[in-house]
Amino acid sequence: MSTILSISDLSKTYDGGFTALHPLNLDIARGEIFALLGPNGAGKTTLISIICGLVNASTGRVSVDGHDSITGFRKARAQIGLVPQELATESFETVWATVSFSRGLFGKPPNPALIEKILRDLSLWDKKDNRILTLSGGMKRRVMIAKALSHEPRILFLDEPTAGVDVDLRRDMWRLVRRLKDAGVTIILTTHYIEEAEEMADRIGVINRGRLMLVEEKDALMRNLGRKQVTVTLASQLGALPARLAERGVRLGDDGRALTWIYEPARVRAGMPGLLADIAAEGLTVADIDTRRSSLEDIFVDLVKGAQ
Amino acid sequence: MNLRAIAAIYRYEMDRTRRTILQSVVAPVISTALYFVVFGAAIGGHMGAVGGVPYGAFIVPGLMMMSLLTQSISNASFGIYFPRFVGTFYEQLSAPISVVEIVTAYVGAAATKSVMLGLIILATAALFTPLSVQHPFWMLGFLVLTAVTFSLFGFAIGIWADNFEKLQLMPMLVVTPLAFLGGSFYSIDMLPPFWRSVSLFNPVVYLISGFRWSFFGTSDVNIVVSLAMTLGFMVACLAIIGWMFRTGYRLKA
Repeated sequence: MSTILSISDLSKTYDGGFTALHPLNLDIARGEIFALLGPNGAGKTTLISIICGLVNASTGRVSVDGHDSITGFRKARAQIGLVPQELATESFETVWATVSFSRGLFGKPPNPALIEKILRDLSLWDKKDNRILTLSGGMKRRVMIAKALSHEPRILFLDEPTAGVDVDLRRDMWRLVRRLKDAGVTIILTTHYIEEAEEMADRIGVINRGRLMLVEEKDALMRNLGRKQVTVTLASQLGALPARLAERGVRLGDDGRALTWIYEPARVRAGMPGLLADIAAEGLTVADIDTRRSSLEDIFVDLVKGAQ
Repeated sequence: MNLRAIAAIYRYEMDRTRRTILQSVVAPVISTALYFVVFGAAIGGHMGAVGGVPYGAFIVPGLMMMSLLTQSISNASFGIYFPRFVGTFYEQLSAPISVVEIVTAYVGAAATKSVMLGLIILATAALFTPLSVQHPFWMLGFLVLTAVTFSLFGFAIGIWADNFEKLQLMPMLVVTPLAFLGGSFYSIDMLPPFWRSVSLFNPVVYLISGFRWSFFGTSDVNIVVSLAMTLGFMVACLAIIGWMFRTGYRLKA
């Protein structure tokens, strides 16, 4: 797959001396959904802001489809749509006027049919003549997305798009993201809802304290760092853990009935039958078996904690 | 050149004027009309002609200039300050639009409003006092030049200001006094020699003097000097704005 966005040695130290971003390299493939995860203040917004031209980088460069973001800013920026985290909209303009304004700002000729489609997709069509200040917070968020899409960007940045957003909008948003991906748009998002990154993203980057700690295919990340935990509930109470099971690393719960075992997914096949055979060999009767895979959230917390 | 972006911003700014027509146009016209009633009709009747020009007509260029200066500054400064204040300016910063284009659009819109306002005031004044303009071409030239220059100045103030107080500070504390003391209501020839010399340090003197020359053919200072001072101030404003965008001063972290 070809690279649409290339970031090399990008860093940012603010005037006060705070380094928000340590030199960072990242390539984004055309058409992928990339999720950037990190705690508050990790540098996610700083990174996006530099790419979009809101913040000056201290070092490094960004190339958008071969165009340098500084020397070729016109061609670079024309391809980028940005939905910032902060809710910032006009007040007295109508929805239609403000979305049309955005298209003009990016140098595109008027296209009422396209604006209509965007507004309909975002359930804003019946609000098109409303002044923005009369809209709810969720509707304003939709307006900001409509503005970002108005000039048909090839890369869309969504900075915490679902923070403080109701279920309806979140569902609409993800539907929209899928549709945009199908249309070939590259999407880079930051989110606190890790399950959404888990569900949506092709690749995941974890950023903490201004350093990109890990970039990996989501599936590989889940495979490599994910753990499985099996809990076997026994039919009768056990006084002590048999040596055969203890050697495996199985732990006995306080109630004497629950056996828990954590294992690597890669060894699932070899592991599970062996465990069950051992349990049977000890003459124990199994009442229930429950397995749980660690979520991206667990992985994320481990990574971030590990760095501290 | 991203002409569509310039057009989008320009149209947006002009729409803003339409929405705030009372504040942008009606208020300055009423205050100017009040000046004419007080200084022109009531007091002016007891004043002699200044350099052969009846007092009522004499104050017209000064009054136009005064409104032009304050309105250019407030239009342009508010136009750029407000999107920064509410956070919508991210869009302009992320758009494929150059500094020249941003400045052209915002300053162009502010200056357009000021020129329209100046002409409305001129029309209002014509109702109160008989007027003739000796050099209409130069009059328009000075009008446009001053509107652009002080809109640039206002634009710079709108970037510099980080609260509403600072936004008001320059027009209230600097420009209005300079306009009053710059010969809006008198010729600086009427001052004692010392204060006349002091007045020559007031840049507004040159604006009003040049503008008055375009009306009546007489001026306090040489017309070329007036023009040079105005152009000089414009270049200074352009340099400041260029520096602000180059360094990202209060626009980009």
